[in-house]
Amino acid sequence: MDLTTLTYIVVGFTFALYIGIAIWARAGSTSEYYTAGRGVNPVANGMATAADWMSAASFISMAGLIAFMGYDASVYLLGWTGGYVLLAMLLAPYLRKFGKFTVPEFIGDRFYSKTARIIAVVCLIVASLTYVIGQMKGIGVAFSRFLETDYATGLLIGMAIVFFYAVIGGMKGITYTQIAQYVVLIFAYTVPAVFISLQLTGNPLPQLGLGGSLEVGGAQGQHLLSTLDQILVDLGFDRYTAMQEGNTFNMMMLAMSLMIGTAGLPHVIVRFFTVPRVRDARKSAGWALVFIAILYTTAPAVGAMSYYNLINTVKDGTPTQVDASLPYEQRPQWFKNWEQTGLLSWDDKNGDGRIQYYNADNPAFSSEAQQLGWEGNELTVDRDIMVMANPEIAKLPNWVIALVVAGGLAAALSTAAGLLMAISSAVSHDLIKGVFNPKISEKGELLSARLSMAGAVLVAGYLGLNPPGFAAQVVALAFGLAASSLFPVLMLGIFNKRMNSAGAMTGMIVGLTTTLVYIFTYKGWFFVPGTNMLPNTAEYWFLGIQPESFGALGALLNVVAAALVSRVTAPPPEHIQQLVEDVRVPRGAGEATGH
Amino acid sequence: MSNDSARKEAAAAYWKENVRLLLTLLVIWFIVPYIFGILLAPLLNNILIGGYPLGFWIAQQGSIYLFLILIFTYVVKMNALDRKYDVHEE
Repeated sequence: MDLTTLTYIVVGFTFALYIGIAIWARAGSTSEYYTAGRGVNPVANGMATAADWMSAASFISMAGLIAFMGYDASVYLLGWTGGYVLLAMLLAPYLRKFGKFTVPEFIGDRFYSKTARIIAVVCLIVASLTYVIGQMKGIGVAFSRFLETDYATGLLIGMAIVFFYAVIGGMKGITYTQIAQYVVLIFAYTVPAVFISLQLTGNPLPQLGLGGSLEVGGAQGQHLLSTLDQILVDLGFDRYTAMQEGNTFNMMMLAMSLMIGTAGLPHVIVRFFTVPRVRDARKSAGWALVFIAILYTTAPAVGAMSYYNLINTVKDGTPTQVDASLPYEQRPQWFKNWEQTGLLSWDDKNGDGRIQYYNADNPAFSSEAQQLGWEGNELTVDRDIMVMANPEIAKLPNWVIALVVAGGLAAALSTAAGLLMAISSAVSHDLIKGVFNPKISEKGELLSARLSMAGAVLVAGYLGLNPPGFAAQVVALAFGLAASSLFPVLMLGIFNKRMNSAGAMTGMIVGLTTTLVYIFTYKGWFFVPGTNMLPNTAEYWFLGIQPESFGALGALLNVVAAALVSRVTAPPPEHIQQLVEDVRVPRGAGEATGH
Repeated sequence: MSNDSARKEAAAAYWKENVRLLLTLLVIWFIVPYIFGILLAPLLNNILIGGYPLGFWIAQQGSIYLFLILIFTYVVKMNALDRKYDVHEE
């Protein structure tokens, strides 16, 4: 059977599964629609959270990012896992005890202010919508590359699937499909990784294989990582395991911003509203990280091993000998397949018919390259193929490739659904019920929730079809906003009883505006090219902090401003202080179910 | 009335123990990845564990395992604390 047919069968089977779950898990009440009736087992919720959190970028792009950045990519691994510690200890259990439906609802109630709630809704929608564009693109790309449809058709099919289970099942439908999607994506990620690790190092666990010794090739018996270090140095690159980025402070700030941002992202927080008890919320955060860690500890191995395989394909023996470069005519079949997609390309700059891959931007290496007759790096590799081409490089059967496609789609669909859920419940519960029509009936709210979801899917689909030029830049914005505006006020609302409305609102606005202004200063106002006030390079950054790393500082400014203002204004009313004391104690969470 | 103030005191003591526990865990949460995984990584990379340079291992593997240990430690300790102060759920 050819690959396309097989991929259709595997992807079709997973989609049928998601639709089946949607029909089984219909939501009959607002509690089921917003929080899956608070009946989700903590381990199951951990799995759903993992699928919710791990996006198309985690599945497809992260290993490639690690491959080409080496040690420096550690900040992403740290940043996107460490946030769960903050979530488990500082937010999840208390927000679960609070027992309402949405994140802005907590902010509105705790700070007894509709304005605070609306600011939170705006932050939520901006952060989630920017994020969802990437997922929509991921779905379109996966379809067009493997199922031979065009981009728009693929995106529309993906939208239709999400539309179906999100509108019918709400959080309940999304939860159970996310569990299925987690199983698909983790299987698809780990199977090729295990085989590659086995082939290269003889160890089936990629986490151990990465620290193991090579079983094949000229460097047999030597450590994989030290061999990779040596090859890269020979080609004029920095060592794989060494820090290349000179600015340690910036790295620390980036990791911190990603951690705080992760903990402040509403679509992740609301997942913990679905478990029955406070202690389940704590436990569930732990299980979520278990399921995330399976992929996040495998990714460094996939990155290093597939990069090693790639270089070894084009370089044989001592990489700097002329005859070590692979003649183009002898390239393997997978190389040809990926050339067709344009993600792998060769440009014979010196006309010798061989593939030269080296660091042409390293001035110290240029004389050596000149001596060898190299006139520039000839191989261009898109980092996404490190995961997608993995099964082919490892000569795994076609069904594994089909599985990887289904896994990438599962990652994109599950994250898109979670984000759309956060957006639509903010619209129906915080805006329609909370602000415009508080007397709306349960049935009316359920209908408006479904309509909001339908609207959110259509907006996301439109943005996926016509992605704004700044789509690639906005991830910084999503994490920056979550870190600088949402996380600090949520935490202060729980841990600082004296925090009042004026303090929280000042804090949110200070965190939000400083972070936005900082990002726009270097990336252009609203990302319009040419409107940036300073060039986006290290010598112009404040204390060497890149725009993506500013969230942590924004969070600090938020907390400082909130503390100062709350000190000189009246303390919150008695019943709010009572609410805080109540939220801090687990007992009694069972009874609270929405309102 | 005295019953009420005793309960308030217990709630305050429970919260204080909770905050002390999570601050301790968060100090470890900060030191290992940021100090050992980033700041001192170039230095620690001179030590090898198997084929892993230590700093590299902490940054790309070890810290993630540590985060798991921290969360589950918190889960277990908090369940015990909930019972000690009789605020656990049925």
